[in-house]
Amino acid sequence: MIDSAPRPAGDPPAAAVAAVRLADMAARPTEEPAARKTAVELKDVSCFYGSFQAVRDINISVAEREVTAFIGPSGCGKSTVLRTINRMNDLVPIFRLEGQILLHGQNLYDEKADPVEVRRRVGMVFQKPNPFPKSIFDNVAFGARVNGYRGNIRELVEQSLRRAALWDEVKDKLKQSGLSLSGGQQQRLCIARAIATEPEVILMDEPCSALDPRATLQIEELMADLKTRYTIVIVTHNMQQAARASDRTAFLTMGDDRAGYVVEQGRTMDIFTNPKNQLTEDYVSGRFG
Amino acid sequence: MTAPAVAAAATRFDPRLAQRKLWGTIFLGACMVAIGILLVSLVLLLIDILRGVPWLDAQFLTSYPSRRPAQAGVLPALVGSIELGLIVAAVTFPIGVGAAIYLQEYARDSTVTRLLRTNIANLAGVPSIIYGIFGLAIFVRALALGTSIMAGALTLSLLILPVVIVASIEALRAVPNSQREGALALGATQWQMVRGSVLPAAAPGIVTGIILAMARAIGEAAPLIIVGAVGFVTFLPTPLAPGYTVLPITVFDWASRPQADFQGIAAAAIIVILVIMVFLNVLALVIRVRLSRNIQW
Amino acid sequence: MTAATSSLARRKATSERVIETLLFLAAALGVFTTVGIIIVLAFQAVEFFAIVNPVDFLTGTVWSANIQPYHFGVLALVASTMLVAVIALIVAIPLGLLAAIYLAEYASMRVRNLVKPLLETIAGVPTIVLGFFGLTFVTPNLLKPLFGSSIGTFNGLAAGLVVGLLITPLIASLSEDALRAVPRGLREGSLAMGATKFETTRRVVFPAALSGVMASIILALSRAIGETMIVVLCMGTSPKLTFNPLESGQTMTAFIAQISSGDTPQGSIQFKSLFAVALVLFAMTLALNLVSNRIVSRFRNVY
Repeated sequence: MIDSAPRPAGDPPAAAVAAVRLADMAARPTEEPAARKTAVELKDVSCFYGSFQAVRDINISVAEREVTAFIGPSGCGKSTVLRTINRMNDLVPIFRLEGQILLHGQNLYDEKADPVEVRRRVGMVFQKPNPFPKSIFDNVAFGARVNGYRGNIRELVEQSLRRAALWDEVKDKLKQSGLSLSGGQQQRLCIARAIATEPEVILMDEPCSALDPRATLQIEELMADLKTRYTIVIVTHNMQQAARASDRTAFLTMGDDRAGYVVEQGRTMDIFTNPKNQLTEDYVSGRFG
Repeated sequence: MTAPAVAAAATRFDPRLAQRKLWGTIFLGACMVAIGILLVSLVLLLIDILRGVPWLDAQFLTSYPSRRPAQAGVLPALVGSIELGLIVAAVTFPIGVGAAIYLQEYARDSTVTRLLRTNIANLAGVPSIIYGIFGLAIFVRALALGTSIMAGALTLSLLILPVVIVASIEALRAVPNSQREGALALGATQWQMVRGSVLPAAAPGIVTGIILAMARAIGEAAPLIIVGAVGFVTFLPTPLAPGYTVLPITVFDWASRPQADFQGIAAAAIIVILVIMVFLNVLALVIRVRLSRNIQW
Repeated sequence: MTAATSSLARRKATSERVIETLLFLAAALGVFTTVGIIIVLAFQAVEFFAIVNPVDFLTGTVWSANIQPYHFGVLALVASTMLVAVIALIVAIPLGLLAAIYLAEYASMRVRNLVKPLLETIAGVPTIVLGFFGLTFVTPNLLKPLFGSSIGTFNGLAAGLVVGLLITPLIASLSEDALRAVPRGLREGSLAMGATKFETTRRVVFPAALSGVMASIILALSRAIGETMIVVLCMGTSPKLTFNPLESGQTMTAFIAQISSGDTPQGSIQFKSLFAVALVLFAMTLALNLVSNRIVSRFRNVY
């Protein structure tokens, strides 16, 4: 249970308690290597903005330490679905969610769940790089400081920048402003920043759409590396990118009622070469979108 | 992340959510207190002014100042304020709107234009009393207008000119370019376009700006003290004759006297000022709404 | 000549040129005014400085213009001015910033529509009314009960508090603009990392808006320094160099008002000193306004 009530001094942090329970689960005999554990599961999720239904009956499984891509024509609700996973939609007052979203078995929308804690465990990288007007170091250290990191922050910053493939380029100028970097570097800075809170899942909302092709390629290579440690969910307009970089794909589209829904999901290879649904085939072969 | 890694991560962070959220609540409370203080201050101000209500009657509005509070009135001050306001409006209208039209419709982006703009912005920050001194030197002495309403009005016009210019520029800017292009495409000259298309469309905003500036001028006292308005005037002022008073100066004169009754009539005069200002604000609002209704983009 | 062959060229009509020139003159009036103010102040001040040593004037700490022996140390007036201004800022900065942050980050539409008019109303109250409020309410009902006999009817604290009320809307509205100008992406980035809303405001949004906030504070300081009616009514006219807000004093503006409204002969040294004081006042406010503009243009973050 994600606990947001004050706990008496001396108790271990609630997240650690939950984690110990997860460790119990992991101690059970594992499934075959091909079928990974589910990190995030969306169960019968529907989203409403006031009376307008944005997406309906979303059922998606996101496997651990894989890249899962959401693809589909613009306006079909991919970003909305992505943002439910870190409860960013809560910022809109008229937003309402029905259904459940489970992160390693815990319902993120449980009444007792605190969105602030959810967002530490589920990181996000945005479409337009948004580094703070602070030094590179302070950017990466931000999440750690805010969340009460107990270890050595310098080490954390270096580790995060290394994992984001940015360390070598900035190690001599950590005090410079994050805004002084190029677009691609800024986005990698944002990734390093997100990693620094040691999230379980990293959400990426069209992370390359504001970047040039070279920077895009760097980010995609980075994703291949990141997935060894983190579960990644990416929304992308770029089908080739989804085909290149993701392990699983979910294809969404807008129905006649203007609400988005999942048409098909599965291993990326299958979706692109052997789709089961005609709509999917039409989309991936470029007949609409 | 694997389960052990999740567990390890969990112990490295000490989120202490409840404590952090408490700070947020305390901050929000501080914001409420601040707004509460502002609200209470305004309320106390209004209550303080209410002490003038018993003194406010027809006799008050139609009498001349007197050494005895019970018989004192604001007639010369009222007349003076109205004359002042009208002259200020009449002067700032052509000059302020003219300057705004130049800056918005004619001026190209050049050093001179930038100089003009920054200059107007700087003038808005000059203390009102400095305008008084300037007015004393130029209007009272050099132009020999003496201590007349005209001198005072011209001084105040300079004071509020930046306000009128800025408000008019905003009103002109709000007119969509399609209006300008439409007129020019029909062969109109620039002035014809401005006068025929842009000005009528910007009229509500401009008129509102002038009325609000007038309201501001009627409340001013400091510059007028310098140019010679006095408190005790026993005749009705005319624009060019020396000697006049306005409501704020009367308030100043009466408030400076220790007797409690004078405080009372000072408050009554303040109520008159505020009523005029509220009236002008409402008028500006009504004009803007009614004139805007005739304009559809 | 048929219509097809008539010349397309048309000289700009003379009337158009005249109109444009007139409009230009209207816009240029601002420059004439600024130059005029400087000339008027400088000319008259020069006459004063022919009699009184400028260094003595600028560094002297005793101001006695009406009582012999005459002393013209402007620092006495500046001290009172700054005393009031500092008290005003101590009041206005927290009130204004809290209101601004609340309006920019927390308030719903409905609350905004209540709080913004509140601020605008305070901003619209004439300073003579505020001065009256300070004299007839703040001093007798708030300060006298608090300080008893150690506070006079005329004191700097009342003046400072009321001027603080006057400049709060200025800080609030300009700071609110600065906060709103911070891009939404920064807030989202911070929240997405598990920061609370308050932490986001404190660590990301407010620092990003800092240049605009500082500029608003400097402008408010300038306004406080140039304020006349409130200090005249609340603080009185005894110009001794004092930093005690419980005593009366005289600011630069109050002195100027006093000399002008009295029977001081126009050729007298007192009258001339008025222009010297006004010159100092003008220079101070102009410097502050220029600094404020500079801060906005130089430190504006490019996102």
